[in-house]
Amino acid sequence: MSRELPKVNGFYVQFEDEIGSIAAVIGAARAGAITMTATSGPGFSLMQENIGYAIMTETPCVVVNVQRSGPSTGQATKPAQSDILAARWGTHGDHEMIALAPNSVQECCDLMIECVNLSERYRHPVIFLMDGEIGHLREKLVFPMLEDLDLFPRGGFDPADESGLIKPMREFGHGEAIHITGSTHKENGMRDVVSQEVHENLISRLCDKIDRNQDNIIRYEERFMVDADVIVVSFGAASRPALGAVIRARDKGIKVGYFRLITIWPFCGERMAEIGKRVRTILVPEMNLGQLAREVERFVSVPVVRVSKIGGIAHSVEDIYMSIVNSMENRQSSAIRG
Amino acid sequence: MEHQHKLLKYLRQEILPTTHCPGCGCGQVLNAFANAMHDLQIDPVNIISVTGIGCSSWIPSPYLKCDTLHTTHGRAVAFATGVKVIRPKSKVVVIAGDGDLAGIGGNHLVHAARRNVGLSVFLVNNYIYGMTGGQVSPTTPFGAVTTTTPYSNAEYPFRIAEVVAAAGANYVARWTTYHIRKIITAMKEVLQKKGFAFVEIISQCPVSYGRRVGLRDGVAFMKYFKKSSVSVAKAKDMSEEELEGKIVVGKLVERDRTEFTESLREINVRCTANAEPI
Repeated sequence: MSRELPKVNGFYVQFEDEIGSIAAVIGAARAGAITMTATSGPGFSLMQENIGYAIMTETPCVVVNVQRSGPSTGQATKPAQSDILAARWGTHGDHEMIALAPNSVQECCDLMIECVNLSERYRHPVIFLMDGEIGHLREKLVFPMLEDLDLFPRGGFDPADESGLIKPMREFGHGEAIHITGSTHKENGMRDVVSQEVHENLISRLCDKIDRNQDNIIRYEERFMVDADVIVVSFGAASRPALGAVIRARDKGIKVGYFRLITIWPFCGERMAEIGKRVRTILVPEMNLGQLAREVERFVSVPVVRVSKIGGIAHSVEDIYMSIVNSMENRQSSAIRG
Repeated sequence: MEHQHKLLKYLRQEILPTTHCPGCGCGQVLNAFANAMHDLQIDPVNIISVTGIGCSSWIPSPYLKCDTLHTTHGRAVAFATGVKVIRPKSKVVVIAGDGDLAGIGGNHLVHAARRNVGLSVFLVNNYIYGMTGGQVSPTTPFGAVTTTTPYSNAEYPFRIAEVVAAAGANYVARWTTYHIRKIITAMKEVLQKKGFAFVEIISQCPVSYGRRVGLRDGVAFMKYFKKSSVSVAKAKDMSEEELEGKIVVGKLVERDRTEFTESLREINVRCTANAEPI
């Protein structure tokens, strides 16, 4: 981006640290720019306080986190998917979150445009939750034409908003003496950190505007779901071998389905609950020790099998295929016992 | 017609009076800044104020009637840099304290000075984290008693104006709230200066700092500032020992390196001219 942005009269500034980067991104957004920053693991931890500031001040921005092994320095440059909950709950206080996860180079482009639109539409920071595996991919990429993009206009009103809680964004520099603060504030932007009602109204609104628009935000991909006994739930890098494993299992006559989360937050709990009523087992391959599986478990009563892999190496098709086969065998053996 | 003070139009009158403690220097700084705006005939529409956390950040926010970004602790200068990159014609002003700018945000401060980004930065140094109850700050004098150094401060303070000067700012000065007219003059110079322009304003906190070091009210501080201040010119001929406990006041640096966002725009002019059409 440092090479490309100046050619289109954009600006790229490398800051002294990730705290400075996200701060400048939010400042630039308030000044009128579409903004983003990118980091990995430790830098994402550093950004968390100001991500909360962007939520509280309803400032759109996109934060790319190319997940790597952690905690701390962990395995630098080695891929992981272990920041799912950090993306959701990394900043303190009550809040919602929007996070999307691509699983191809093409999606890195397409979903990024969607991230910008979501952040503008809902006036909320959006986390682009990549992983190191996708971050290092080289694949064919077709850029959309600029005139084909449907971009949400800054300061625009969203007719599709189902909450009625989002006000068009105002920018600096127009003589309005706008007051923006990360403190609890009244509707006119002025600080009020004393009144219980003001805080409750503000925070409820900030959460409800995301919560009530879940259907407009949540995206997922389903394949082979109609007659599935078992489904494999995954996202990002893990979803690629997951699809390979599902196809191989289908070739062997195993009734297995494929479910890929594109939107990680808000979580597609409603859909997961529906699926949980139809299948007997849910497998969750992910490059962490069960962060997504834990979320799936909150919505289903069938067994959720963790297919975790950590250490900087992605699942192979074999890894996930064997876990599908094992889950079938386990079920048969428990049926015999039963 | 009812008489209205000439500076009231620069303030959010509906919120006055301010919440600052009796004897605090923050009111003087607000007064000086409104005077500087008035003297320069600056329309508030052209000012964007960015602040952090602490008493000094409450000087412009909410009292100054202009676009205001009240940010997280220590990060005002980084936020302000983002604002300035996008709105280079606005006067982007940071008024914040020693804990904010020299402590938690010290890294952003020196790097913004190094970049020479066109911000007007006023560091109100009252030697203490006042709002939170008087904890030691990076500018608290050696030996001072505070709530977190109850037996005396074992750390040496930053001479923060010198730090900013060394980092490369285009304008650096230091004054105390005793020198209120000098502050107004310095503020006017800063608001007209291209590049990173910085004034350290030594200020008083009788409530959270002064009462623990024998300076119980604003007047005691004024007398102390008057007695302790030494001009930059005079300080040049003084030894380190002679300068012990003194406050060196005046302009430390003025130079004309190219402002950061101007350099960025110059690069963009080159790149957009050479770029293939998209």
